[in-house]
Amino acid sequence: MMELSLSVNSETVVAKVEPRTTLADFLREKQRLTGIHLGCEHGVCGACTILVDGEPARSCIIYAVSCDGADIQTIEGSNSDPVITALQEAFTAHHGLQCGYCTPAMLFTARDIVTRLPEADAERVRLELAGNICRCTGYAGIVRAIMAVLEDRRATLE
Amino acid sequence: MKAAKFEYKKTNNLVDALSALSTKGGDCKILAGSQSLGPMMNLRLARPDRLIDIRALSALQEVKQEPNYLFVGALVTHANIEDGALPDVTQGMMTHVAAGIAYRAVRNRGTIGGSLVHADPAGDWPTALRALGAYIVIDGPTGPREVKIDAFQLGAFTVSLEENEIVRGVRVPILSNAARWGYHKIFRKPGEFAESIGAYVCDPSSGIARLILSGTDGAPMELVSTANKIAQTNGVDFDFDSARAALTSTGEVFEPFKLRMHAVAIHRAVVQAYGA
Repeated sequence: MMELSLSVNSETVVAKVEPRTTLADFLREKQRLTGIHLGCEHGVCGACTILVDGEPARSCIIYAVSCDGADIQTIEGSNSDPVITALQEAFTAHHGLQCGYCTPAMLFTARDIVTRLPEADAERVRLELAGNICRCTGYAGIVRAIMAVLEDRRATLE
Repeated sequence: MKAAKFEYKKTNNLVDALSALSTKGGDCKILAGSQSLGPMMNLRLARPDRLIDIRALSALQEVKQEPNYLFVGALVTHANIEDGALPDVTQGMMTHVAAGIAYRAVRNRGTIGGSLVHADPAGDWPTALRALGAYIVIDGPTGPREVKIDAFQLGAFTVSLEENEIVRGVRVPILSNAARWGYHKIFRKPGEFAESIGAYVCDPSSGIARLILSGTDGAPMELVSTANKIAQTNGVDFDFDSARAALTSTGEVFEPFKLRMHAVAIHRAVVQAYGA
């Protein structure tokens, strides 16, 4: 077991972990942050995407032990994140989810799209969503929701 | 889908990392972005006994302009390159290649050095940097050495790196304004491993012309005489049939479907380089 200290949703967490414990397993099982979902566990489905040091990352293929000192944000700690809040409202309005399994991770990818690519069009949004698999919605509602937030943000900036 | 047990050691400088690598005791792997090794370990295709984390090594994060070359540290991420954090010395080629690697969440952590040493047959950097004619800078117990990329990758997932060596970075030749490049990937979904990659780089001012095919069973394949012919004629007359003939003439045997796909990939790379 190795000692680990990191910030999780703005709170300092000190814990002991086995090196082979992934960041996702550590956060789900030890911190009870079960909004992180595990699908493929090899970085393909995207369901475990969270923010590590402010950027989206796959928590299933990173070892917790390698995240000493990192700043983690999961969906549970995103209530005061205005971009996530706006996206959640848009996902509700545009039917951007059905079963909800992909949703927390989808929101973090969506957050990355609207903040990093403010000029993105629907085609670019679809391209960026290639790394997050949704088997319910057919993506149409998700793309509409993200486009709605993008357009809102553009209108606010004008 | 969980990795087998291993020991973990974080290192803060090159000397410590090299000495940790030289310590005897089981199979040892270097951990950087964890975006290739992580999945391999979760799938238990890789079961190292020890991992040496090098993410904190500042010598491997360096980006440095040198005469005729840009040094890119092994820990530079695909996202760094995609976002234009490096001087553009390849007429936009590296930015284009970086943006097409896997998904943004992967590009945020995955590194150029990791991609090179992982040496996936469909890896983007092994292909693109081969087309660019890069050099790999390697550190080891006897000091640094440099290998031309042509001699670095020996086959699928196999590189000429000793167990006690670390890739420090790559030296990328600076292309002139007259250079042309094309990079075409064939995949079913963006971000997936490509089934075929064609890469072409030609720079009249230095006289280089390289045509590379990846996505085969082994290391990237270089089509030397074809590339020279294309460069001499500015790609005129290089069509699908000549691409297929060039592949057949290598003596390599491809399944008919694969041959067709590879021919399309290299043909489209050349078309991209010279404009439609």
